[in-house]
Amino acid sequence: MHKSDTSPQPREPRDNRALVGLALAGVVAGMVGLSFAAVPLYRMFCQVTGFGGTPQVAEAAPDTVLERTIKVRFDTNVDKELPWDFKSELRSVDVRIGESALVFFKAQNTTDKPVGGTAGFNVAPKAVGRYFTKIECFCFKQQTLAAGQSIEMPVTFFVDPKIVEDDSTKNIEEITLSYTFYRSDDPSDVATAPGDGASGS
Amino acid sequence: MANNAQAEAAHHDHDDHPHGLRRWLFSTNHKDIGTLYLILSLVGGVVGALLSMAMRAELMEPGLQIFGNPEMYNVFVTAHGLIMVFFAVMPATMGAFGNWMVPLMIGAPDMAFPRMNNISFWLLAMAFVLLVASLFMPGAPGATGAGAGWTIYAPLSTSGSPGIAVDFAILALHLGGASSILGAINFITTIMNMRAPGMTLHKMPLFVWSILVTAFLLLLSLPVLAGAITMLLTDRNFGTAFFDSARGGDPLLWQHLFWFFGHPEVYIMILPGFGMVSQIVATFSKKPVFGYLGMAYAMVAIGVIGFVVWAHHMYAAGLDVNTQAYFVFATMVIAVPTGVKIFSWIATMWGGSISFKTPMLWSLGFIFLFTVGGVTGVMLSNAGVDRSFHDTYYVVAHFHYVLSLGAVFSLFAGWYYWSPKMYGYMYSEFWGKLHFWTMFIGANLAFFPQHFLGLAGMPRRYADYPDAYAGWNLVSSLGAYLAMAGFVIFFIGLFVQFSRKEKAAANPWGPGATTLEWTLPSPPPFHTFDTLPRIK
Repeated sequence: MHKSDTSPQPREPRDNRALVGLALAGVVAGMVGLSFAAVPLYRMFCQVTGFGGTPQVAEAAPDTVLERTIKVRFDTNVDKELPWDFKSELRSVDVRIGESALVFFKAQNTTDKPVGGTAGFNVAPKAVGRYFTKIECFCFKQQTLAAGQSIEMPVTFFVDPKIVEDDSTKNIEEITLSYTFYRSDDPSDVATAPGDGASGS
Repeated sequence: MANNAQAEAAHHDHDDHPHGLRRWLFSTNHKDIGTLYLILSLVGGVVGALLSMAMRAELMEPGLQIFGNPEMYNVFVTAHGLIMVFFAVMPATMGAFGNWMVPLMIGAPDMAFPRMNNISFWLLAMAFVLLVASLFMPGAPGATGAGAGWTIYAPLSTSGSPGIAVDFAILALHLGGASSILGAINFITTIMNMRAPGMTLHKMPLFVWSILVTAFLLLLSLPVLAGAITMLLTDRNFGTAFFDSARGGDPLLWQHLFWFFGHPEVYIMILPGFGMVSQIVATFSKKPVFGYLGMAYAMVAIGVIGFVVWAHHMYAAGLDVNTQAYFVFATMVIAVPTGVKIFSWIATMWGGSISFKTPMLWSLGFIFLFTVGGVTGVMLSNAGVDRSFHDTYYVVAHFHYVLSLGAVFSLFAGWYYWSPKMYGYMYSEFWGKLHFWTMFIGANLAFFPQHFLGLAGMPRRYADYPDAYAGWNLVSSLGAYLAMAGFVIFFIGLFVQFSRKEKAAANPWGPGATTLEWTLPSPPPFHTFDTLPRIK
């Protein structure tokens, strides 16, 4: 395939080596940057598109309300680090599509110390994230409960009427709204508090 | 022409290179660095193989035999995976054969950045030391070593492994990654700028093509791994929450970032094997490779598509159905360029004057076993089928067919093909062929039954299993021991090769071997191509 001869000749100039090397190093830096940029980009992408069951946020309910109802179930979870009871008052509600609904969740701090928690949230099936919209939710900010305190926390939401226009969601009859409460104050503060044997991590 | 090269060799016969520590520690010579990589990969291969022997001994029968603490079994699994990937296969494909052969095959005097080449090697050697050290550091509660799998999924690798073993492993990957990135920059720059006059990209040997594509994959994927493991490190030690859902992070982010690296990584391991097998099949069929351009661009296509299929490792992680459909489709598309390669190898042999020397046997073994692994890969690419296969021994069988039997067989093919050139001594056909048949039978016996175990639902990464899986596990373990015996035979053959000192000719393979390295004497002089060859 290859023929070669080795007759003497001047070496070809190869000034490009450093340039190519630097350009490739730039590519590496760019890829490292992109891997970190994945964090905010992915978050933005999910919030805009409802990808992966990310619910939407709105100021007010839409004007159109459909006759059709949809069942919304509630699922509540507490991380093992967080000493709270957390329950939904209702297991599920039937809401008309487009109508805003108000439901309450109940949380109780079972320790004798104030504890803060923040809820993560999601809806299933994932395709309805785009059409499940919250107006008000306890999950938007950290909740802090005093020792033994019990509170009721409201959520106002509606199901966007556009859900019936989307082929991938128009046949969905049930949506599950799931919350998981995580500890969001620094548990080490409690753990190092003098005379405290019960709490901490 | 060969005379010219001989004269060049005679000219360089005297003390034209440093000796002792200076020659090896500070080496900037691509051949010496290739040899260093080869030694590292042999050490890595032996350690990785011994770890797998302990695993197979444990799995030979139900119950716990070897490992008092099953967490230690996980540590062995993790170390076996990481060592085989980063310290056995990669140093051999890119480090050893890439360094040795790329400059020779393109007619360049050395790599573009010889000193950087030296740093690449020693970074990798240090990375290996760190990884082996991690085995003795505290890991999960009550055990030493990192036991989170080579995929080091969070949260198992964060809150699940409080000891510093995982930090050691992360730093080992950082160093190894930096080494490979520098190596990739070096290879691309060399291939882009230092080809002999007349050697256009479309005249380049397919092995050089495979290294070029692999280097681009390394360049684009390893920085993502570096970023991801940096996040893991800061999550573990500095209070960030990239992967901690309690504080707004997402464990799935780890899986996406890891597999964005991890999937190209499997092509990084196999593509140089494609290149070697292409050279060998053409040489021993005494025909130019069939469909040269198709072969080259099939590798490019595999590399490009390899970047957009990563989530097929995550079908069970909760992707919505449209996303799964895309990844199923994209993954299956890879079968097309892969098929182009398989059929082109067969077409190369078709009507050729084939001689079944040891390198050719290994290449044929590679083609056969890689095809088996490729077919099970197409099975696994179905999201629906994967629901049942995910994390079972079917997956283990699949990736060992493409890597343990595929990539490793190509490495042995490359060794028997090029070692007479690299070190000037002919290998022993007897020991080479015994090595092949022992390993071929052993590895098939070890991994084929794992398909049955996986279909029966046996999950990966457990030290124990119900009695129902006992039979095929016994067969698999016996096969693994036989394969290990094959590895021992390899070392016997190595000893025979270097002790009987049968001189290899400049071109021991005859008219089928047409690439530039065969125009040089065996072994090639320390410095080659001081005057550049002209390719017509």
